Amino acid sequence: MPADEWMTEDHLHEIRDRVRAFELDRRDFLRLCGGGLLVCLAGTAIGQESGHARGGHTLPEEVSAWIHIDTDGTVTVFTGKVEVGQNIRTSLAQSVAEELRVAFGAISMVMGDTELTPWDMGTFGSRSTPTMGPQLRNMAVAARQLLVETAARRWGVDPDTLTAADGKVTNPRNGDSLAYGAITGGEKLTRTVSGDPPLTAAIAWKIAGTAIPKANGRDFVTGKHEYPSDITRPELLFGKVLRPTGFNATMISADTSAAEKLPGVLIVRDGDFIGVVAGDVWTAEQAILKIEAKWNVPQQISSHELFEQLKKGTDSGVPDAAVEKARALADVQFSQQYTVAYIAHAPLEPRAAVAEWHEGKLTVWTGTQRPFGVRGDLARAFRLSEDQVRVIMPDMGSGYGGKHTGECAVEAARLAKAAGKPVKLIWTREEEFTWAYFRPAGIIDIRAGARRDGTLLAWQQDNYNSGPSGLETPYAVAAHVARYHEWNNPPLAQGSYRGLASTANHFARESAMDELAHQVQMDPLQFRLKNLTDDRLRTVFIAAADRFGWGKSHSTPQLGFGIGGGTEKGGFTAACAEVAIDADHKIHIRRLVQAWESGAIVNPDGLRNQIMGAMVQGLGGALFESIQFASGQVLNAHFADYRVPRFRDTPQIEVVLIDRKDLPSAGAGETGIVAVAPAVANAIFAATGQRLRSMPMASGETFSS
Amino acid sequence: MAEFTLNVNGVRRPVIAAEDEPLLWVLRNQLQLTGTKFGCGEGQCGACTVLLDGRATRSCLTPVSAAANAKITTVEGLEQQGSLSPVQQAFVAEGAFQCGYCTSGMIIAATALLREHAHPTDEQILEAMNGNLCRCGTYPRIVAAIRRAADTEPEMETRHAG
Repeated sequence: MPADEWMTEDHLHEIRDRVRAFELDRRDFLRLCGGGLLVCLAGTAIGQESGHARGGHTLPEEVSAWIHIDTDGTVTVFTGKVEVGQNIRTSLAQSVAEELRVAFGAISMVMGDTELTPWDMGTFGSRSTPTMGPQLRNMAVAARQLLVETAARRWGVDPDTLTAADGKVTNPRNGDSLAYGAITGGEKLTRTVSGDPPLTAAIAWKIAGTAIPKANGRDFVTGKHEYPSDITRPELLFGKVLRPTGFNATMISADTSAAEKLPGVLIVRDGDFIGVVAGDVWTAEQAILKIEAKWNVPQQISSHELFEQLKKGTDSGVPDAAVEKARALADVQFSQQYTVAYIAHAPLEPRAAVAEWHEGKLTVWTGTQRPFGVRGDLARAFRLSEDQVRVIMPDMGSGYGGKHTGECAVEAARLAKAAGKPVKLIWTREEEFTWAYFRPAGIIDIRAGARRDGTLLAWQQDNYNSGPSGLETPYAVAAHVARYHEWNNPPLAQGSYRGLASTANHFARESAMDELAHQVQMDPLQFRLKNLTDDRLRTVFIAAADRFGWGKSHSTPQLGFGIGGGTEKGGFTAACAEVAIDADHKIHIRRLVQAWESGAIVNPDGLRNQIMGAMVQGLGGALFESIQFASGQVLNAHFADYRVPRFRDTPQIEVVLIDRKDLPSAGAGETGIVAVAPAVANAIFAATGQRLRSMPMASGETFSS
Repeated sequence: MAEFTLNVNGVRRPVIAAEDEPLLWVLRNQLQLTGTKFGCGEGQCGACTVLLDGRATRSCLTPVSAAANAKITTVEGLEQQGSLSPVQQAFVAEGAFQCGYCTSGMIIAATALLREHAHPTDEQILEAMNGNLCRCGTYPRIVAAIRRAADTEPEMETRHAG
């Protein structure tokens, strides 16, 4: 990813430069590991995730420890990436097991603990598989080489004559073998990696590339797995925070006297921040209800005037001269506007944190995609150095780009500091829907032109506020321009969301492609293929169409077929949708087929699960998700009012995976979401002749389960 | 505050709580049964589902006082002598989770469904499960897991009663 894209994405993610120089003392860490083998990485020797120089900062030249092999053969892998349901704990362990030549079960992953794992920017942008995967594989190869060399020395033979497999080094000539743990033999072996060792080709993978079930899967069906909201500590207390009655509110007055009278309640007041701590959640909730606060909420934009204000608040997209010239020569000219609403991530586990102070040091267990970023937030909030703060991220109840920030961690720490005891804070669903951040709303304008034979000649796509991801067209068109127009003063807090603006940009582009196909009277698939030179994208379009049976029957007023697709973040995808229109004119999404290719597949079962999930989640934004707001308040901050996909909304889904073992593995967490909305919109048009250009496509009643 | 005795997973457990405190918080914070999750506190997501006398019940909307005379089963109570229940086994076999936060509630709801209908129709599955949210969108695999559990264990309603 080029540096400028990082900067743009950072901006959208509300991530400012949070990298600062700090000295980690690794001696304690090494003592913790005891004997055995430790593989480290020196400075920025390898192009690693955490080695990116950004915004003028370079990372500290620390030596980070990545893999430890204990004397009993246990392998511990350390990474700052976190598990949020995307199955990266499993797939990274597969990659390490593969290169280290050990069984999958020998690997244990320590993830997202700022005291134990190397610094990491965060788990977002579909970066874990393409960057952390090779990173850990490099470390594993180095470990294996060191083990072979150590065994060779012990036996007095040439290391090149030895083999490593199944956690052992073997001398094939005499059958001698030593288990990895025995080789380390209590001796402290350290290797610092400074190059790119040769990796095992995907075609030869035995552990990576297979459908290994989710690590610790049993713990998820027994309730044993501890999520951030499940963490408990001795003498734990429970917190609640008083929320303003609107965004950007200032406090006029607050009377906490009634709340203070409740048994065991502590009121914490710090400027406009008021929180309570109690021995149980119920009492804390009652205390908050008894606080009488008056707020001044300024006049703010409401959702009914959103797009009008959005256009006013951004610079206008002037038609590009070269594109206009090409467009003037086209047989068919096209100009349309598309919109997307603000939507919420609504992770099933709301923000949660347990904070504990001990001798001036702060430890916080919290659900976040950026544990190191949250450590920085905490350090700044309490004027601590970063080595006085530890953030631990237990595998959490999902994020979808919605948990980059550390508000809940800071609030819990503030309450725990005042209480002098550990405090747990779990946001309510209403707080999660209101005080987190949202996927930005946007307007997308497309101006295009094509020859009557279907050749695209001109394409201009202007995105207002929703973002630049997926904005560039993947189609071969000589005159093309893509522009992003920022809204400096949006009415809601905006941030990252699975796929970022790629969903919005694909919805607009693939709907427009469909409109143009109809204008030139071509089959929508053939029109795309005519203008597509990218083989990987062509392949997924054809694969989805084949599985779907595209072209075998034609749309009728009762049954519509649509197609859409695209590429972003190294993933290529296309979807076909079948929609049925019933006698009451209600629309039913009956069937979705999606093809996916993202290079060599690390875990086909995890990948299939994730693509299917992205499709279901994509249906929500496509059909009914929309944050309604007025006067600084969210009007539908409950699952009863904010409709998300449920069992009944889920159509028949088929996923076609294309495994390109000759290509590096890309991330698959996000781009699987982009194709569903345009495929559905195009299917609805095919059946009804009605073109829906806004996401969500209708206000609830139109779509029936 | 009052004292109640809860019958949870076959064990009598004394607790002290306000009458109106939701059963969810008592299970999680007093009895450390954190397998039952908080998702919304509004009965809209099903993450907090427990069995109350065998019926799938939202523990976030159930006052602890109303649960005092019932047999409560949480996800921690489904294993029998260290073996997973058929529904739990089926969820593992189908990989019917992503982040897994909804899984406890899904498994409890599915257990109640299969107690009532050993071989549920598609409509019965949708009817029983539609109140449980999986934000990761794992629905097709959860349905597959329920079908698998129904196929493998027709007698489960007697083995895992209450």
